[in-house]
Amino acid sequence: MTTATPQATGEVTYLEAISQALDEEMTRDERVFLMGEDIGQYGGAFRITEGFLDKYGEWRVLDTPLAESGFVGAAIGAAMMGLRPVVEMQFADFISCAFDQITEVAAKNHYRWGAAVPMVIRAPFGGGIHGGPFHSECPEGWFFHSPGLKLVAPSTPYDAKGLLKAAIRDPNPVIYFEHKFLYRRIKSTLPEEDYIVPIGKADVKRVGNDISVITYGAMVHLALDAAQMLAKEGIDLEVVDLRTLAPLDKEAIFSSVHKTSKAIVLHEDNKTGGIGAEIAALLAEECFDSLDGPILRIAAPDTPVPFSTPLEEYFLPKTADIVTAARTLAAY
Amino acid sequence: MELADVRNEIKRGDLLQMYFYLRLTRTLEDRITALYRQGRIVGGCYTSHGMEAIAVGYASALERDDVIAPFHRDMGAFLIRGITPGEVLAQYLGKRTGPTKGKDGNVHMGDLKRGIIGFVSHLADNLPVATGAALAFKMRGESRIIVAGTGDGGTSRGDFHEAMNFAAVRKLPVVFFCTNNQYAYSTPLRLQMAISDVVDRAKAYGMPGEIVDGNDVAAVYLAAKRGIARARAGEGPTFFEFKTMRMHGHSEHDPAKYVPPELLEEWKTRDPILKAERLLVALGYGDETYFHEVGERAKKEIEVGLEFAEKSPLPEGPEVLEGVFATDADITHKAIHSRSAA
Repeated sequence: MTTATPQATGEVTYLEAISQALDEEMTRDERVFLMGEDIGQYGGAFRITEGFLDKYGEWRVLDTPLAESGFVGAAIGAAMMGLRPVVEMQFADFISCAFDQITEVAAKNHYRWGAAVPMVIRAPFGGGIHGGPFHSECPEGWFFHSPGLKLVAPSTPYDAKGLLKAAIRDPNPVIYFEHKFLYRRIKSTLPEEDYIVPIGKADVKRVGNDISVITYGAMVHLALDAAQMLAKEGIDLEVVDLRTLAPLDKEAIFSSVHKTSKAIVLHEDNKTGGIGAEIAALLAEECFDSLDGPILRIAAPDTPVPFSTPLEEYFLPKTADIVTAARTLAAY
Repeated sequence: MELADVRNEIKRGDLLQMYFYLRLTRTLEDRITALYRQGRIVGGCYTSHGMEAIAVGYASALERDDVIAPFHRDMGAFLIRGITPGEVLAQYLGKRTGPTKGKDGNVHMGDLKRGIIGFVSHLADNLPVATGAALAFKMRGESRIIVAGTGDGGTSRGDFHEAMNFAAVRKLPVVFFCTNNQYAYSTPLRLQMAISDVVDRAKAYGMPGEIVDGNDVAAVYLAAKRGIARARAGEGPTFFEFKTMRMHGHSEHDPAKYVPPELLEEWKTRDPILKAERLLVALGYGDETYFHEVGERAKKEIEVGLEFAEKSPLPEGPEVLEGVFATDADITHKAIHSRSAA
């Protein structure tokens, strides 16, 4: 084996990128600490905090009782007293137990009485891993409707690391939706130097002229796959990766659609009342004059996430769905 | 309380100060109730009438850098922590000079600079939050503590359990209390829980608990001191059940016909102000003339406060859009992050 280029870090998985961001932020800022179930000795259900307990000790890597509301509430209190807690939901699905603390306390404290709550909730979300109804959810829609929260959902290792660092440095409660399907499936090289991906900025992952696909999380990769297939037919997709779900980068969404005149809104969450519905409404309000076709939504059906393989495959949006929708739109 | 214990354990000046805050609380809340009846206050109007000794007692036991997460009938604690009657009245009148600038009403006041975590209507929500504040104190090796409370109804919530359990597991410097005033809105204790003493729950968390006469300001003060001393010494949380009685409806709109009148008659004789006056007389610290003077002083403060509140501007409509998100500048108050070190 030769050691040539200074590419010392090599390729990093999405999961490793998250772990690196936590490690670097904890080293950089002693106010940053972690709380969650089984994150200490065990290293977390997905091993993101493996080795952290030894490195930072039990008061910066706190194993908590099985009580999401309790430890999210505790994070709020610690944040108000000047610390920077990062709490881990073992699975995003369990965030429902902490719903009240997030939406009523964390989200409203600054608005009501001026108390900033700088904290991060990491929420491993999404399907495709045969997790069934309680280990596959996309709960971002619930929080999208709650003023005072920032929501991010990276799709690449680069964004995963940069957005987590930005979230930890942000003075507000941020829910960080990390897609479980991507954990070990995608890799890339990362810059060696410290960097952040700013919250509130979308990223065009593929520049195209014919149709904008507005999406986030694991669906970004489906859209890129579809774009590759459609390119052979002469249909040129632009893939807009939202990266931040709240506050939405409306400018990036509108400027893409002004250019392409056609839009597909794609997400893995259930269709009704989801983020896609809001984006479609915004496009209808703000980009009506630019549109040459209907705004199409591709999303999961309005059911819980099913367990059995054929059911889950049917449930999740697929590359073929994007291809079909793009062909429909191309005809306009 | 034994007279000798009070004499030995509470300084005369501290006790007289507590008496003043009992009167200030009563005068302020009576004034708020009158304003409500005149239709000048909109929204809810929750008072601590007949329960003033709890907030006055525990808040008097704190050091400057300590923090509270009060129950919604803890007006005395706000006053002792430095929220002025004028600010309270401005808050009730929805004025911009209230602690929430009109964004929230009545007792939903908070101010980190004065060590007060803002109340949340969802009872018990602030108990886990209090454990987090205590965690921060412990992690930084500070000697600060937090006192956090809820009502008898609030102890039915999961957040009560989750907070008590976490605080005990990590031996956090927090003092929990329950203001057991017999009713949660209209629901009597017997429909709230199958036990008659909330304090029984403390055992399940491996935490010491005590029942305290919530109408005896000296007893509440000394109990809080004990819990605070344990917390500061690193011995972990303590739970107090302050027994009292809600003498008004849940809010002033509620005539509380569900409360048997004889129960109210019985508790009237245990009024915390009367009780404090009997104590002061017995100790030779005060007499009728003194009590009258204190009452006049309280009245004067409230009138000054009301004038401030009435002259204060209302917020402008578009201010609704401000403050949804914090900026970095909003969290640079060194004072709140490590007050002891300041």
